[in-house]
Amino acid sequence: MGSSNSSVNNIPNAQELMQETGFSAAHILRLHERFEFLDKHKCGQLRLVDRPTNQPQDFGAVQELALNPIGDSIISAFFSPGQETVDFASFVRILAHFRPTDRNQSRDGAQQEPANSSIRKLKFAFQMYDQDRDGKISRAELLQVLRAMLGIQVTEEQLQSIAERAIQEADLDRDDAISFDEFRKSLEKVDIDHKMSIRFLR
Amino acid sequence: MAALRTLSLLLSACLLWPICLALTPPAQLPQPRNLPPMLGFNSSDGSLSVDLPMALRVFSVDYHHVQAPFEIVLWIMLASLAKLGFHWSGRVPAVVPESCLLIMVGLLVGGVIYGVRHSAPPTLSADAFFLFLLPPIVLDAGYFLPGRLFFENLGTILWYAVLGTLWNVLGIGLSLYGVCLLAQSSLGDVSLLHCLLFGSLIAAVDPVAVLSVFQEMHVNEQLHILVFGESLLNDAVTVVLYKLFESFLRLPSVSGVDVLLGGCRVVVVGLGGLFVGLFFGLVAALTSRFTSRAQVIAPLFVFLYSYLSYLTSEMLHLSGIMAIVTCAVTMKQYVEANVSERSKTSIQYFLKMWSSVSETLIFIFLGVSTIQDVHMWSWPFVCSTLLLCLVWRATGVLLLTAVVNKLRRNAVTFRDQFIIAYGGLRGAICFSLVFLIDDFPKKRLFITTTIVVILFTVFVQGMTIKPLVELLDVKRKKRALPTVSEEIHSRLIDHLLAGIEDVVGYWGQHYWKDKFEQFNRKYLRRFLIREDHQARSSILRVYQELERREQRGDEEAPRVVDPRSHSRPLLPEEMDSIRRILSRNLQNFNNKQTPAYSRHTLHQDATTERTRKPLYRHQSLGERYTYNTITHWPQGEDEFNGSRRVRPGLNRSHTVCSTSPRPVLQDLSAPAASAQTGPVDPKPSAAREDQISPHHQVPVGRAPKKQLSFVLENEKQQ
Repeated sequence: MGSSNSSVNNIPNAQELMQETGFSAAHILRLHERFEFLDKHKCGQLRLVDRPTNQPQDFGAVQELALNPIGDSIISAFFSPGQETVDFASFVRILAHFRPTDRNQSRDGAQQEPANSSIRKLKFAFQMYDQDRDGKISRAELLQVLRAMLGIQVTEEQLQSIAERAIQEADLDRDDAISFDEFRKSLEKVDIDHKMSIRFLR
Repeated sequence: MAALRTLSLLLSACLLWPICLALTPPAQLPQPRNLPPMLGFNSSDGSLSVDLPMALRVFSVDYHHVQAPFEIVLWIMLASLAKLGFHWSGRVPAVVPESCLLIMVGLLVGGVIYGVRHSAPPTLSADAFFLFLLPPIVLDAGYFLPGRLFFENLGTILWYAVLGTLWNVLGIGLSLYGVCLLAQSSLGDVSLLHCLLFGSLIAAVDPVAVLSVFQEMHVNEQLHILVFGESLLNDAVTVVLYKLFESFLRLPSVSGVDVLLGGCRVVVVGLGGLFVGLFFGLVAALTSRFTSRAQVIAPLFVFLYSYLSYLTSEMLHLSGIMAIVTCAVTMKQYVEANVSERSKTSIQYFLKMWSSVSETLIFIFLGVSTIQDVHMWSWPFVCSTLLLCLVWRATGVLLLTAVVNKLRRNAVTFRDQFIIAYGGLRGAICFSLVFLIDDFPKKRLFITTTIVVILFTVFVQGMTIKPLVELLDVKRKKRALPTVSEEIHSRLIDHLLAGIEDVVGYWGQHYWKDKFEQFNRKYLRRFLIREDHQARSSILRVYQELERREQRGDEEAPRVVDPRSHSRPLLPEEMDSIRRILSRNLQNFNNKQTPAYSRHTLHQDATTERTRKPLYRHQSLGERYTYNTITHWPQGEDEFNGSRRVRPGLNRSHTVCSTSPRPVLQDLSAPAASAQTGPVDPKPSAAREDQISPHHQVPVGRAPKKQLSFVLENEKQQ
């Protein structure tokens, strides 16, 4: 598992990816190994569902995702809307969101917001709720996630009142949905950078 | 009234036994020498008999014959009746933990015996404790250990167990020596090694006591596994240090090499216990493979092999606790795949029963053994020991946590640290170890101090930990009340990060785990699990799960509540109940829905039965549909029949089924797709069910080969 540059160069667009996401060569290499582990059919892309047989595909290799309440939201976050495959570059770009934030990073105006900034992290979390990508968390979407997380220990009325309370607290413009800004505001006390970083991806 | 009734029941039970004991002569029986020689029937065994000369004895009492098992059974009976009485006694369990009550019963019984016989009551012998009373408890703990949680927190647990125990031992030992130096007059003859020896045995956190107190407290499972895992693993360190200092005491002088060797010994003892446990676990798994024709004795093998592993490692002076825990963890998945359902339930029930009895006996004996003649009291020693135990544990936990929090994503909060530090209870292990010390002038002082520390920790700390924690919670809440949305979103982020870590394959954990799983699947499972059961893990289990649910009957569907009806501000008590709900249920971290280890009940939903692969909701151009696959029974027919178990009212975020080797039909996906375009809500599910129900009639004729397509949420475990 060394970071010899020669093997990194075997990966297409490695240099651009490193530039764009800030991953080091060693990380790109590791992620590529992981990608290949997941990519059982060696077709260079991860598929969502295997069409001919209708069986869950590559992400099924990660068994713990089956037990995760928002497992399928996580998986579908890897795939752009309308796409059924994800290639290595997109895989890396999604994972770049979870790099720890570089505190002393200075950006010149020309660069876009780096992938692992707090805003982008929050947006990713927002997507977990907002499945239809309309920019708002509706009550139904919130309920769905709540149900998945709280499981069966909670009755339907309790779920409703919890969701009600959550929307009441956050919804400032009274449109019965939580927009991204309201979402961000409700999480202002939480240290997003620490919480949403995977340390070894530094 | 109920309390009075049970109290009287309890007292009568308690007094019955000592009266028996008091009435029978304890050691030797008066030989009936002055009686005329009998016909030789039973004068030789020294029994009491009605002395009718030249006549047949009609009624005789021969206690001596059954003395040993009789006494044992009476003790166990006493313990169990005490436990029963405790649970019936109304509000007392809420305040006083069970361990305290049992010790009090023991004190009572010991006092009665002492009063009647004017000699010390039987004490808990170290051998009986280590060989008979401790193994069932540890086996039970190891068998029901939440595996994934344990291994994910293994680093932290080892950190606390090894370093924390070392810190405590050295700290307490050295400070006690300082105290002894200061109080030269009374404590001058306690040497440094003695203090270190004492420190090593008093610093050990006891799994029995910890478990019994945490039962009643609501702690999240991560914290539970930290404290519990620490108490299990520090056995290796404790016992090694104890034996080390003991052997140092016997040596004329101690050199640096000896200390180094001592350090190696810790590693050897720990790893040795691990390997012994592994070996016996694998052998047990292999044996269970062949038990299909004699299913009734299958549970016996579990117990025999575990106990053997414990005894073997004790024989080799390795860590018995580690051996038995490893054995249980290793053999569990294979044994449960091999034996029948009934055997599995028997194993679990027996484990719970034995460990329960064992724990009760331990606490009662602790109480009884307190009443003795051998006490020696010394104010400075006892008080300083108590103080130092608390202080060193607190500082140790604080320091270690400060370091380990930097490496964990989920920081160990201040509340957790307080519980870890304050919940470090001492118990019967210290007690037995102190009896094993070689005799020296101040041994009685050590015994007394140990008893005092144990009683203090169990009573004072055990009783006050719950109110103190609640006080802390209240204080924390007063300062910064997290909003409901904050809690929900934080938990969502936790799940998200866990999922991403899983996808990335968190090196150091998942990498090895994946490798192990591959190895497991390819070699171990094939070797250790019966052939016809190997498919069990995927299809058969879920089929059986379905059958079970069918038999239990479906619960009624929850009402679909109109969302709009709740848009009014919530009352404070509703707010409180919401908070309580969230704090209880959102803490099921790592997606585990099983509650933390519970001593008294058996939870049916074993997580090993989860074999689910999700299907994904795929969004394509705003349209939503769900792929459904149909599983086939391996010998199934081609005709499709759906018997779907749908719970209307709950959104289907996962459509679950298991994979099958055969290609899957597509019949269902078309009607499903058409039925479910648009926003997901309960109605299409109901429509689907209606569509499918006509097909129910068809398979009646082919009962054994049912083909299933089923929908289960991944949280529904009951």
